[in-house]
Amino acid sequence: MIPSRPSKSASEPTITVAGAALVADPLGALYEPGSGALIVADLHLEKGSYFARRGQMLPPYDTATTLGRLARLVAAYQPRVVIALGDSFHDDGGPARMHEADRAAVAELQRGRDWIWIAGNHDPAPPANLGGEARLTLVLGALTLRHEPTAGAAPGELAGHLHPVAKVAVRGRGLRRRCFATDGARVVLPAFGAYAGGLNVRDQAFAGLFSGDAFTAWMLGDAGVYAFAARGLRPD
Amino acid sequence: MSTRARVPSAAVLPDRFVRWFAGRGWSPRVHQLELMAHAQAGRDALLIAPTGAGKTLAGFLPTLVELAERGPSNSDNAGTHTLYVSPLKALAVDVARNLERPIAEMGLPIRVEGRTGDTPAARRKRQKERPPDILLTTPEQIALLIGDPSAGRLFETVKRVVVDELHALGPTKRGDQLALALARIRALAPGVVTVGLSATVSDPDALRRWLVDPRRGRPLAELVQIAGGAAPDISIHQTDERLPWAGHGGRHALGAIYEEIKRHKTTLLFANTRAQAELTFQELWRINEDTLPIALHHGSLDVGQRRKVEAAMGEGRLKAVVATSTLDLGIDWGDVDLVVHMGSPKGASRLLQRTGRANHRLDEPSKAIMVPANRFEVIECEAARAAALAGEQDAEAAKPGSLDVLAQHVLGVACGGPFDADALFAEVTSAAPYADVDRATFDDVVAFVATGGYALRSYERFAKIRKTKDGLWRVSNPQVAQSWRMNVGTIIEATTLKVRLAKARRSKAGTVAPGGFGGRVLGEIEEYFVETLTPGDTFMFAGEILKFDALVDTDVYASRSTSDAPKVPTYVGGRMPLTTDVAARVRGIIDDRSSWPTLPEQTREWLGLQQRRSLIPEPEQLLVETFPRAGKNFLVAYTFEGRLANQTLGMLLTRRLERAHAAPLGFVASDYCLAVWALRDMSAMIAGDLLSLDALFDQDMLGDDLEAWLEESALMKRTFRNCAIIAGLIERNVIGAKRKTGRQVTMSTDLIYDVLRRHEPDHVLLRAARADAARGLIDLERIVEMLARVKGHMVHKPLSRVSPLAVPVLLEVGREPVYGASQDALLKLAADDLVAEAMAED
Repeated sequence: MIPSRPSKSASEPTITVAGAALVADPLGALYEPGSGALIVADLHLEKGSYFARRGQMLPPYDTATTLGRLARLVAAYQPRVVIALGDSFHDDGGPARMHEADRAAVAELQRGRDWIWIAGNHDPAPPANLGGEARLTLVLGALTLRHEPTAGAAPGELAGHLHPVAKVAVRGRGLRRRCFATDGARVVLPAFGAYAGGLNVRDQAFAGLFSGDAFTAWMLGDAGVYAFAARGLRPD
Repeated sequence: MSTRARVPSAAVLPDRFVRWFAGRGWSPRVHQLELMAHAQAGRDALLIAPTGAGKTLAGFLPTLVELAERGPSNSDNAGTHTLYVSPLKALAVDVARNLERPIAEMGLPIRVEGRTGDTPAARRKRQKERPPDILLTTPEQIALLIGDPSAGRLFETVKRVVVDELHALGPTKRGDQLALALARIRALAPGVVTVGLSATVSDPDALRRWLVDPRRGRPLAELVQIAGGAAPDISIHQTDERLPWAGHGGRHALGAIYEEIKRHKTTLLFANTRAQAELTFQELWRINEDTLPIALHHGSLDVGQRRKVEAAMGEGRLKAVVATSTLDLGIDWGDVDLVVHMGSPKGASRLLQRTGRANHRLDEPSKAIMVPANRFEVIECEAARAAALAGEQDAEAAKPGSLDVLAQHVLGVACGGPFDADALFAEVTSAAPYADVDRATFDDVVAFVATGGYALRSYERFAKIRKTKDGLWRVSNPQVAQSWRMNVGTIIEATTLKVRLAKARRSKAGTVAPGGFGGRVLGEIEEYFVETLTPGDTFMFAGEILKFDALVDTDVYASRSTSDAPKVPTYVGGRMPLTTDVAARVRGIIDDRSSWPTLPEQTREWLGLQQRRSLIPEPEQLLVETFPRAGKNFLVAYTFEGRLANQTLGMLLTRRLERAHAAPLGFVASDYCLAVWALRDMSAMIAGDLLSLDALFDQDMLGDDLEAWLEESALMKRTFRNCAIIAGLIERNVIGAKRKTGRQVTMSTDLIYDVLRRHEPDHVLLRAARADAARGLIDLERIVEMLARVKGHMVHKPLSRVSPLAVPVLLEVGREPVYGASQDALLKLAADDLVAEAMAED
C-alpha cells in the first residue's frame, strides 16, 4: 500500500470497500468517484456554542473551521453530492445558534450539488432551513451509508459515530491521529468536526465491528493517509 | 533587635498577658511589642524573622489582646475578628495547637477554628452562621468565602488578616489569588489591618508592597525585622576519599555523617531530590549498627506516614530524619541541633532557612554541614556559604499577577454580589501583583468571564455575567455560581504522576506490540519532569532504565528499555536550579585564582588542568568549547544560568544548528552549561566560517525560533490547559457529572488551543499561557540577560579532546534528559517511518 496524495490532486482510490473504490482524503473524508459523492462524518457543528450555552465559552470558531475544511474538499473534488453521516450538529439546537456567515457558507457549499444530512444520535431531526435532504440511511450502489455502525458484519457499510483514532509508536515516539477503520467490507469514518474528540480503535466499541484484529487503520497525516494493521496499534 | 528606633514598652500589654509571659519565665520580645504597636495604630506590617523567633505568637498577639479586652464573647454575632491564611493545611493545625496554650492558660474567651478543604460541610455551614473569633484557613477557602453571597456579612467584622509564610506564597498563583482576595476584604472591611509573616528574603519591599493598599496612603507595610541572632556555623564536609566527578549522591561522606548523627541530639538531613533522600536513607540504615531511630520524610510518601514522622520528631523520639523540601516550610518540630545538606543547597536562602531548623534559640548558632557530592559542588557549596554568611538572599523575581487567576476572581466577586467595573478595576490594581494591569486588559478579562471575550461576539446571550441597567455586573443565574464554587483554586493537578510499567514486546517492524498497558505501578514522578519527555525518551526510575511511551490520564506508561548509555536520561525529581547569585559567586571563585588555595586539593587540581588544557573563562565571558569525542562532535557552552535556562537554550541552539546543517543529535543541560553533540565537526565549521558563534548565540533566537518551538510544544499546550481551567474556560468539575478524567480534558484543550491560536492569537488566555511558560518553565529572563551580556564576549576554544570543565556535564549524558530534534522534524521523521511501516505491511 502506498500513501494517498493530498486532496488537491487526489482522485486515485485508496480504500476498497465491498468492491467500491474510495479515495480517503487526509482531511478525513471519503470520495466515491463513481457517484461523485463526498462523504464526511460527525461534523459536530456548533459544539462550541453548545458548551457556551452551559457556561463554558469555548472559542466560537469551530463551525467556521469545520466548514472551511469542508470547503477545501468541495473545491478539490467538485462532488456531485455531499453526504454528512450524522451528528452534523452537536445538538438539536445547533442550527438555530448558527452564525449567519456560517449559514451562508453552507448555502454556498450546497450550490449546484445535492446535499444529504443523514440523521445521527446528536441530531435525529434534519437541520431546519439549512437546505439539503434528510435521510436515516442511504444506499449508494453496493454501499450503505448510516450514522451508527451496525453490530456484527455489515458488508458495504460506511458509518461514523465512533470518532476513530489510532495510535502508533514509530521509533519509540507515539503518534495519535484520527483514522479510517476498515476491514475491506465496511468503513468507520473519522470525525470531521474541529472540536470532535476521538476514541481509540482498540477500544471495546470497535470489537464487535471487525473480527478481531482483522482491520486496518488509515491514519490521517498532513499530506496523506497511512495504513497500519490493527495489531500494530497502541491503546491509549 | 529592631530596625526601628522607637521601641514600644511592654505597657501596651494588658496585665494578664504580662503575668502570663512572666509565669513562663519569658518577657515579651521587642518585635512582638513592635508588631503590637503597629496593629494598634492600624498600620499593616511585615515581620521578617528566622525560624524559631516566635513569629506566630507575634502575629497573633495583637488579636489575642484585642479579643481579651473585648471581654467575654457577648454574642455569636461578633463575627470573625482575625483571619489567618497559610499555604499549608498542616500549618493551620500546628498554629491552632500553638494558640490553644496561651488562650487556655490565660482563660481568654476566644474561639479558634480551622477551615480547609477537609472541613466537613456541616461545620463549614455552622462557621458561616456562627463565625469563630479566629479563623485559620487557606487561600482557596478565602476565595470561596469571597464568592459567597454572605461574603459582606462574613468579612465586615474582620479587623486583621495574618498571612503566614508570605515568602513562599508571594510569587505563586495562589499568592495572586490571595492578593486579590485581600483587596476584596479591604473593600468589605475598610478598617482591616494585615500582618505578613515571612522568612528572611532578599527584597522585603516586594512583600511590604504586597501587604498594603497604596490607596490608603502608605506604599509599604511597616517592617519589623529580627536579625538572625548568632551567625550560623556552616561547614563543608572534607574528605580524603576521592570526590566523584559527577553525581549527586554524596554517598562517600555518609560514614562520617553517621558519626555526627551519633554525636548530636537530633539531626535533620536535607536532600535536594527524592531519589537522593531515598538513597541517603537506605545507605544510612545499611551502616546503622546502633539501629538509631532514623526516619524518612518526602512528598511521595503517604500522608499518614509523614504525619507519624512529624509527630515522632516533635516528641524527640527520632535521632535523624532524611527529608526533602517538604520540610522547608515552617512546621515546628523538636530539638534539632544539626542540619546536614546532602549536595549543594543551590541557593543562599535555602541554605539559611534549612540551617535555621537547627537550634530554635536565637542566641546560639545553628550548626550545619554541607556535603558536596562532586568536585563542582565543592565550589558551589563554598559559594553558597559565602553568600549565606554575607547575609545575601536569593532574589525572587517579582511575578506579575496571572490573568487566569484574575478571571477566576472576577467571577467569584460577581458570585458574591453585583460589582461595578470601575470600582473593581481600582480594587484589583490595588493588589501588588496586578498594579500594572491596564484597563484594556482588565476589560478583556471581564469580557472573557462574561462571554469568552472573543472578537466574534456570538455568545452574548449565554453570558455568565451581565451588566444590568444600574451599571453593575451580576451573575446571570445561580448555576454560574454553583459551577464556579466547584472549580475554585489555582492548583490544577496532582504534582506527581504514577509510573506504570508496560511490557515491551517488539515486533519485527519495530513497533511495540499491543497489550502492554495497564501494568504495575513503579512509583510516582513529578509532572514537570514528564513534560520534558517526548515518547521514546529514556529515563532512570526506581532503579530501572525506562522508555517513556505515553501519558494517559494521570498515568505515565513506560517500558523497560534496552537503550545504551548515551540515550539514557535519568529522573532527578524535585531538582531546583541554581540561583543567579550563587551562580555568579561560583563564576567568581573559578575566575579568582587567589581563592583556589582554599579549595580542596582535588578541585584545585581540576581547575588547574582546565587552565592548562583550555581556558578559565572570566566572569563576563561565555566560553564555548568544541571537541570530538566517541565519534560525535561536542559543543559545550558555559553559561552558569541554571538548568531551566540552559534547557531552553539547548532547544533553541539545536534548532539553529540543524539549520546550519551541523546535524545535531541531542543535548544535555546542567546548572552551569549545556552540551550539544552533532554529527558534523563544529570546530571545522567554525574555522571554515560555515558556523558563526555570534550568530548562533544572537539574541534574535528569542524571536521566531522561540515562538515556533514554544507554540508547538506539549509544554505550551499543557500550560494553556492549566490557564483554561483556572480561568474557567474548561470546568474540572461539572455539576451533576462525575469527575472528568484528565485525558478528556487534555484532548479537548488541545483542539481548543489549535482553533484559538489560529483565530485569535492574542486572546487573553493565550497571553496568560505564554506569560506562564516564559516565566516558570523556560526561565526566559535569564536567557535574555545572558545573551545581552555575552554579546561580544564569546571565547571559542577548539580542542582535540574533552576539557576538564566539560567532564561533569558529559557524565550527565546518560543521566539527564536527552533532547532530540524539533517537533517539526520529529513529525517528518515519524511520517517517513509511517510510510516505511505502511510499505512493510503487505
